[in-house]
Amino acid sequence: MSSHPHLGQSKTAHHITHHITPVKTYRIIFILLGLLLFATVLASELPLSRSGHLIVAMTIAMIKAVLIVLFFMHVYYSAPLTWVIAAGSFLWVGLLLAFLTSDYISRGWLHNILGK
Amino acid sequence: MSASAQAHHDGPPADYLSESTVKSWLLTTDHKRVGILYLISVTIFFIAGGVLAGLMRLELMTPRGDVLGSPDTYNRMFTMHGVIMIFFFLVPAIPSVLGNFLLPLMIGARDLAFPKINLLSWYVYMVGGIMGVWILMHGGIDTGWTFYTPFSSMYSNSMVLTAAVAVFITGFSSILTGLNFIVTVHTMRAPGMTWFRMPLFVWSHYATALIMVLATPVLAISIVLVGLEKFFGVGVFDPRLGGDPVLFQHLFWFYSHPAVYIMVLPGFAVISEIIPCFARRPIFGYRFVAFASVAIAIFGFLVWGHHMFVSGQSMYAGAVFSILSFLVAIPSAIKVFNWTATLYKGSLSFDTPMLYALGFMGLFTIGGLTGLMLASLALDVHVHDTYFVVAHFHYIMVGGTVMAYLGGIHFWWPKISGRTYPEIWGKLSALLVFVGFNLTFFPQFLLGYLGMPRRYFEYRPEFQVLNVMSTAGATVLAVGMLMPMIYLGLSLRQPKNAGDNPWGATGLEWQIESPPTTHNFHEPVLVTCEPYLYSPEEAEREYAHAQHVHSA
Amino acid sequence: MHTPSTSTAPDSGRQILLSHFDDLEQQNLSSTLGMWFFLVSEVMFFSGLIAAYAVYRGLSPEAFHLASRHMDKWWGFANTLVLLTSSLTMALAVRATQTGDRRAIVRNLLWTAVLGSAFLGVKVFEWKAEIDHHLFPGKHFVVPDHDEEHLKEYLEKTDGHVDPVKLEREKGRFQLMFVLYFFMTGVHAFHMIVGIAAVVLFALLTHFKWFSGYGQTQTESLGLYWHFVDVVWVFLYPLLYLIE
Repeated sequence: MSSHPHLGQSKTAHHITHHITPVKTYRIIFILLGLLLFATVLASELPLSRSGHLIVAMTIAMIKAVLIVLFFMHVYYSAPLTWVIAAGSFLWVGLLLAFLTSDYISRGWLHNILGK
Repeated sequence: MSASAQAHHDGPPADYLSESTVKSWLLTTDHKRVGILYLISVTIFFIAGGVLAGLMRLELMTPRGDVLGSPDTYNRMFTMHGVIMIFFFLVPAIPSVLGNFLLPLMIGARDLAFPKINLLSWYVYMVGGIMGVWILMHGGIDTGWTFYTPFSSMYSNSMVLTAAVAVFITGFSSILTGLNFIVTVHTMRAPGMTWFRMPLFVWSHYATALIMVLATPVLAISIVLVGLEKFFGVGVFDPRLGGDPVLFQHLFWFYSHPAVYIMVLPGFAVISEIIPCFARRPIFGYRFVAFASVAIAIFGFLVWGHHMFVSGQSMYAGAVFSILSFLVAIPSAIKVFNWTATLYKGSLSFDTPMLYALGFMGLFTIGGLTGLMLASLALDVHVHDTYFVVAHFHYIMVGGTVMAYLGGIHFWWPKISGRTYPEIWGKLSALLVFVGFNLTFFPQFLLGYLGMPRRYFEYRPEFQVLNVMSTAGATVLAVGMLMPMIYLGLSLRQPKNAGDNPWGATGLEWQIESPPTTHNFHEPVLVTCEPYLYSPEEAEREYAHAQHVHSA
Repeated sequence: MHTPSTSTAPDSGRQILLSHFDDLEQQNLSSTLGMWFFLVSEVMFFSGLIAAYAVYRGLSPEAFHLASRHMDKWWGFANTLVLLTSSLTMALAVRATQTGDRRAIVRNLLWTAVLGSAFLGVKVFEWKAEIDHHLFPGKHFVVPDHDEEHLKEYLEKTDGHVDPVKLEREKGRFQLMFVLYFFMTGVHAFHMIVGIAAVVLFALLTHFKWFSGYGQTQTESLGLYWHFVDVVWVFLYPLLYLIE
């Protein structure tokens, strides 16, 4: 292996692969996350139905997760492949949960047909 | 491309096998050497699992239990057979041996993306494997390879906890291999090696790796929960404490159904290379075969509930899982049809790898079609937990994966070792394996259909004739599988006589020396054409020329 | 992109190229992609637990609700905030590797480790309180009397009478919530411990100039891991602490 003193060339490569996010963006995201966290605790005190609470809490958690993934984990500035990976892993969890819960939800249905 | 490895050497560089100290093997990060380490270890586990199978067949020769002494011993035997064969042989066999060796060569890379992680995966596998052997020596487990709760978590007094840890650890080796393959395919392809110029071997391994990464962790967590329940007595799956044993089956099959494709997709990978080479035709419908691999990997995640039709799962979920299961048949059939279409008007030659590949096509088709029968909700209720199921999955696992593995070993043996093997012995072994296999497992379809349950120590006397046939077949099968170990082993005593490309195959791996040098390629690789550029006309001309020379 | 291979001395601000890669871009892409796929498998690992949680909570919402009331949501709130802050410092550390500011890297990594340890400290304190209240699953587990009363009332309200088998089942699910709580937070804490160890190691290696190119690739992978552990907690917090 030989070493080439083309520092300039290597620097361009540097900038292409890594978008440097401004500190301000990180701070804004952090403040948003803090506010969302506060919102989720407040929402848990609201007089909602049980499923209402779950939906609100999970929606806020999802937004927080998306913010972290997009900005802290740089997916927003990354190649489409990274988007696919990040979305795919959420999708696969959804797949497991969807099929699993569909079994448990539909277990009692046979009795309805038989008129029990 | 940067400077090649040649800069360090004067004269011809040594091949990857030339360094022979133990240290050089145990600390190697060369993907080819790691492949060899895996080759040796999976062979040992295959023999161990095979001996257990032999003992079981011996026991089942007579309706009364008289060989192994007690039903409990028999239970431990079939469990250990399943655990060893699945987790320590079938899952790592093709990806970790042939995949490790060939994947970088086929895409023109110097190594996998993470060579050290590759070696680590072998060590992790060996830790799990040694724990497996330790369990075997100290009495084994009796839960069946499926570890179903609540038997495994509450009643079994065998070494479930140790086995859970062993399977958990082995799972990591599989995840690491999968990770390495995915990243390698994404980042390490040589210039010009576009996605649609990759050999189908690489496509199939990519699909396999996806399943490894997505499914294996779920097995890990479900096994950990069983261990947790056993250790703390907290009742994650214990109905008395509000747990649901069926939940375990869900989590277990979320891994273990896709795991079937971890085992068989690499088999497709091998067959897709062998068939065009010995038919001397480009593969028919390249993109269909490529996308079929990915489709199988994805559909494989949607069908796990077809293992649970009689477990207490909701009838509606069962119906949905049953219908979805038929989807998997589509990409599988696309593959079989495309291989068949590749054979059509090909200039066929029946060398050993081709015999194995043709055997694979027949046996996999039978296994696949009986799989459709089992996926039909109504039919499965009747043949569930009978020998019909046993025969079905052996047609896929042995008739599919093991045939493909042996075919692949014979196909690439000249590349791996630099030596040829006696063709006549190779053909004989392929024939014995095919005949022995069918004699062993076809009677089991009949037995299952007649109602003989699986996992039993004794059976009704009227089943004896078919059982004796099956045991006789197992003997033939054993001979057929021992032969390659002997003649391939003996071939290592010859000088390296294979030449770079004994089969006249396309593919980057055939353009370098046999055995390859440590850095694989001497010059930067540039790919300019599609794979499988075989020409039947040229093959005809060569054949006519050979005949002419022969008669003159 | 074609970049010449480099093998200059460590810490000239440029990275060393491993021999099996063609250029730095390929090397960086590989390591980031490898980390991403590793995280995919981590997601699936946690998804098995989330699945068990979803099933049992769906079957016995009341028992899960009662069990969740034993967790202090304000301690959880404070801890989540600590963890989010550690994610910020981690992101700033990764940014500092890109700008090549070694002091900022070390400072932010150390802050990350401190905040991570604070999180674990609070967690240990919470666990101890729960164990003291006999809420650790197993032989010593006791369903508190007022919770049992609640469950009886609940059954009375839904069925009209208290079926002892159903009551046992509900009490079992009450314990199951704690099984899942201890296991999920335990696995999460394990990931935190590994993460903190790695962060401290990276801070030392950066300080002693062991890394080439300010450890940009390596620290970025570590950052991905750290943020992932944070994301897991973002889901665990409402699921375990906030069932109202």
